Amino acid sequence: MGSDLNIPRISFNPRLHGFAVFSACLTLILISAGALVTSNDAGLSIPDWPLAYNSLLPPFIGGIRYEFTHRVIAACEVAISLIFAVWLWRAEPRKKVQNFGWIAVGVVCAQAVLGGMTVIFRQPVLVSVAHATLAQLFFCTVVSLAFFTSRWWWQDVSTMEDIGAPRVRTLALATAVATLLQLVLGAEFRHKGLGIVPHLIGAAVVAGMIFWTAGALRRRFPTSPALTRCRIVLHSLIGTQLLLGGGAWWSRIATQTAPQPMPVMVTLTVAHVVVGALTLAGTVAVALVTNRLLRHEREAAVSTSSAQEAI
Amino acid sequence: MRIRYSAYVLVAAGLAFALVSCGKSPETGQPAGGGGSAPAAGQAVDAATAGSVTGTIKLDGAAPAMKNINMSAEAYCMSQHATPVKDESVVTGPGGTLSNVVVYIQEDMSKYSFAAPTDPAKFDQKGCQYHPHVLGMMAGQTLQVTNSDTTTHNIHPVPKDNRDWNQSQPPGAAPIMEVFARPENAIPVKCNVHPWMKSYLFVFKNPYFSVTGADGKFSIANLPPGTYTIVAWQEQFGTTTQQVTIGAKESKSVNLSFNAASSGD
Repeated sequence: MGSDLNIPRISFNPRLHGFAVFSACLTLILISAGALVTSNDAGLSIPDWPLAYNSLLPPFIGGIRYEFTHRVIAACEVAISLIFAVWLWRAEPRKKVQNFGWIAVGVVCAQAVLGGMTVIFRQPVLVSVAHATLAQLFFCTVVSLAFFTSRWWWQDVSTMEDIGAPRVRTLALATAVATLLQLVLGAEFRHKGLGIVPHLIGAAVVAGMIFWTAGALRRRFPTSPALTRCRIVLHSLIGTQLLLGGGAWWSRIATQTAPQPMPVMVTLTVAHVVVGALTLAGTVAVALVTNRLLRHEREAAVSTSSAQEAI
Repeated sequence: MRIRYSAYVLVAAGLAFALVSCGKSPETGQPAGGGGSAPAAGQAVDAATAGSVTGTIKLDGAAPAMKNINMSAEAYCMSQHATPVKDESVVTGPGGTLSNVVVYIQEDMSKYSFAAPTDPAKFDQKGCQYHPHVLGMMAGQTLQVTNSDTTTHNIHPVPKDNRDWNQSQPPGAAPIMEVFARPENAIPVKCNVHPWMKSYLFVFKNPYFSVTGADGKFSIANLPPGTYTIVAWQEQFGTTTQQVTIGAKESKSVNLSFNAASSGD
């Protein structure tokens, strides 16, 4: 987003920020609803799309409850994203943030189309995985918007020089990318595109990246409250996620001969998916925070002058 | 530019040919009759010399305890059963006889012509369960799916070699009539509304198959004389085979068993 997003301006709009946070929370609920659909094998319980059983209100029974709830929340999310984009367009002075709002609308619409395609084409792995991946990217977009509209983003902050190598900013970005790829591998496993091994390797890589990033933050910036919060968030999320991942895998094996999806498997899998989304959001947040707070030696002069120019 | 275009056309044609070639079903089975000159394709089986194979399928060892199905996701389904319904992965009768086992011959019988039955293969949804649990039919035969329940189901077969489909069937809806064009074993059928509803369809090129009932018995009739591999498939234990030679007008008995300790292929 460049310097445009880093410029402290005159007005923090708490309502706009509140709406962004609400949208992010709704997206997390939407991801949970999607995980419930997949875990309960209810993805094709409604064979048609965009209508459901050729109507707006299908019978609310069995697997249809999960799929229809998912569709209703998704429709709300599309509407909320549109409202948010229009609001940003009218009230937000930063052009790039305005554009980000429209990008969110585009992503959520594409996501709805992919959701329809999973139904119409009866869950081809590629489409199902794309649907799961785009959900995570949309969540990242909304979380980023919540950051850009936050009071903290509007405030003046003093930057710190990062003299280590590799740069924490680079590490944080690489961690976010690795986490996204790991979520793709998880989606591949859930939709039976790949086995568990790539996802397990991905878990080790992401855990390693997170520990590396958090370790670099602890060693290089031990007194920064914001960066301390970043590493606490990263450690908490990866610890929880690894435990949930182990639990979800165990429950899948323990209930594989059950005649239907069992509550323990569904609960642990959904929790694993949701904390996975939170982990990605956490790594994106850390990438944004470090991008704002840390500068490399040679960037110092440039960033100061560009901020002054913009003001 | 023209050379490049021609190259593209050639490559595309090659790929299309490869795809078409790969799409054909393999025809590698042993000829029935145990050798001799191959009759012309499409001849009818001589009823005057045809024999039959009958037998019983059993489970050796104690049958695994089947888990209860939890139908609480829909009150209607619960109300249809006075006692909890058991999973039907392994259903045994007196003396260890096994139900829902598909018995068929492995050999390629394409030198004979077999018309698909005009009567449909019937598949019903009742008490939020599929009846039968395992169904055999011929390629080209119509599958008739009915809903005897007063709740909505969706019928979703997941074939690999045939066109897949997913249709809803509300209470009182007309039967769904579908045809599977290609032979295919163990096509899972599921209802995504009621995730415990599972079934298997077998689609054969010929009529030499049978599905065991509660007594574990099967019968395959009108077989031309020859040596055959009898295959028995059970959803949890996989397959077991036995060879049998049928003479002219001969009836043979073949009993097959699965080991309860094994968990399938």
